[in-house]
Amino acid sequence: MELLWGSVVILFGGVVLGLVYQGIDRKLAARMQARIGPPIVQPFRDIKKLLVKENIVPESAVPWIYNGAPFLALASVVTVLFYLPLGDQRPLFSGYGDLILVLYLLALPAVALAIGGFASGSPYAVIGAQREIVMMMSYELPLAAAIVALAWRLNQALPGIAAFSLGAISSNPVWAYLGPLGFIGAILLVGVLLLVMPAELSKIPFDIAEAETELAGGVTVEYSGRNLALLRLADGVKTVVMGALIIALFFPYRLGGVLGLAGLAGGAVDTAFFLVKLFLIILVGVTTVRVAAARLKVSQVAYSFWVPLTGVALAGLVLIVLDGLFFK
Amino acid sequence: MPSKIPIGPYHPLQEEPEHFILTIEGEQVVDVDVSIGYNHRGIEKLAESKTYDQVPFLVERICGICSMSHPLAFSLAVENCAGIEVPPRANYIRTILDEIRRLHSHLLWAGLAGHFLGYNTVWMWAWKYREPLLELSELLTGNRNHYGMIKVGGVRRDIPPEHYPLIRKALDELKPKLEMLYGAVLDDPVLRARLEGVGHLSREDAIRYGVLGPTARASGVDIDIRRDYPYGASDKVEWRVITSERGDLLARVEVRLLECFESIKLIEGCLEQMEPGPISADVPRKIPPGEGIGQVEAPRGECFHYVVANGTDKPERLKIRAPTYMNLPSFRATCLGETLSDVAIILAGIDPCYCCTERLVRIKDGRGERRLSFEDLLKLSWEKTARLRKEAKDGCVE
Repeated sequence: MELLWGSVVILFGGVVLGLVYQGIDRKLAARMQARIGPPIVQPFRDIKKLLVKENIVPESAVPWIYNGAPFLALASVVTVLFYLPLGDQRPLFSGYGDLILVLYLLALPAVALAIGGFASGSPYAVIGAQREIVMMMSYELPLAAAIVALAWRLNQALPGIAAFSLGAISSNPVWAYLGPLGFIGAILLVGVLLLVMPAELSKIPFDIAEAETELAGGVTVEYSGRNLALLRLADGVKTVVMGALIIALFFPYRLGGVLGLAGLAGGAVDTAFFLVKLFLIILVGVTTVRVAAARLKVSQVAYSFWVPLTGVALAGLVLIVLDGLFFK
Repeated sequence: MPSKIPIGPYHPLQEEPEHFILTIEGEQVVDVDVSIGYNHRGIEKLAESKTYDQVPFLVERICGICSMSHPLAFSLAVENCAGIEVPPRANYIRTILDEIRRLHSHLLWAGLAGHFLGYNTVWMWAWKYREPLLELSELLTGNRNHYGMIKVGGVRRDIPPEHYPLIRKALDELKPKLEMLYGAVLDDPVLRARLEGVGHLSREDAIRYGVLGPTARASGVDIDIRRDYPYGASDKVEWRVITSERGDLLARVEVRLLECFESIKLIEGCLEQMEPGPISADVPRKIPPGEGIGQVEAPRGECFHYVVANGTDKPERLKIRAPTYMNLPSFRATCLGETLSDVAIILAGIDPCYCCTERLVRIKDGRGERRLSFEDLLKLSWEKTARLRKEAKDGCVE
């Protein structure tokens, strides 16, 4: 029963939060670009409008895959939310799955989008889907390296805990156990994750799969109405998921205990603090990056993830391992 | 397996209808089919039914960005035909307005180029810097884009001396912004990665295709109508033609942005030298039979007008060649072998203006006159749509 109510709350909370942060992101980006920008509630209005619009399925599409992909995308990102610690709460499904599962679930929306693109039968969408797959293959390794390094170090410092459980990671902030080498390594890994974030979310400079001026919207070009609304929601929730993941891994600190608050007040303070952290992560990882860069080419995206970023991620991993061996 | 990607006739990349069919293998472009003709308005024909006083208004509406080049080129052509001497002050005013328009056009282009690369920040900021220029145009001419200032024999409105300081102030404020934009664009690593070495057009190819304007100058072809066939006051003021030898997109950006500084020099020089005097010569209502040409360096290259007069108050024939007509074919040459991601920016690199370009030539095939009625055209259009639909269904998704 608790699980059921928890999932309902997290589902709606995640969707609303995703849209709010989308609105804030759009407004901030607009101000940085010398525009006025839409009001913060604009994403809600967009979704509302899309939901009453006709849902067009192209003649050349495979309807059940085409219509199923947006549901799969939204369902998989919402599921990740169940495994992440949010605010003062432990993960809803803690004990049922760990970081490795989260990694796989994170890959699902991109796969769903690519499948939907292939199934829509538009040449733009097919090219966009190919690009989506290329990008997924590019950023998975740095992402995995960062996560594995962290879990390994925690496991070494605290042999008793379930190292891949997000609940355990977020209740034991990793910084406390790191020596100087590990500290540098962890900072490198935070940087890697912040650069994986815009790729995971298909934001400029890594929005090659949608690339408005090249592919007219790419993978999503044929989607309209309810399907597009679902994809938008999935995008919003995914922003929250990526932010919450980085927070859980690296910045799980809470304010309630420090201020000596407990119970409801402590929970409220923790939740507010979590929202602020989320805002900062999105500001750095999404808004600033997408305002300050042009879209890269497919080959450049693949190169930048495979060579420099993987290099940095592996360097971080090595530093953390060395740190674990020499500074116990 | 090659597949076909249509860009256009309606595509978020373009603000005008034009149809490019790209054949791609993976991400690489192996063939481009350019099909034009979506924006034909019959302006040349229409000009034959307007008086010499009305045609500048008409040709001004060929394009919203080159809205000085076309009326100016037409006026130059008529003046050339009738041997009309334009008063010096009118020449200075023509050059001032021509250069203000070039400034705003180049800034508009810089913004659009940023947008095509997904760099909307450059887009917005470049257009923010362009805004004071439009306000300046409004102050000087009463309009932001279609100025209505040019007439055969001179200009319609004077620039009063109390406006000089306002122009100078606007230009002084623009200079640091332009320097900032120039530095920001050339130093940006992501932009460099997208522009350097992309869309290369060699000097030989540039000459072979006969490209014009900044596209030619970026490939090392040293041409500029303002210097080679001076009009207005462009031969009285100190300035230089910007060229670059590299021929890639970065060179085209560089040439256009540096040209902005030369335009500022030209305007400032004109303001300094301008002396009071008449702004228009007496022009007879009826132009004696003859022919004349007018050449203007539009922001995209040479804009060419050819006028035949028949002794009445209306031209017998007006032929217009806009720069994009010459530049567009080079797009095909430059984007073969490049990736799909680069097509957008390579196309933007020539600063295409389709509405300037579109012409209809009817060829008589010896079997007599063939006129198409409205119904015929409608039928043709339906047939074409049906054909395209069929092709899209059969061919594009492979």
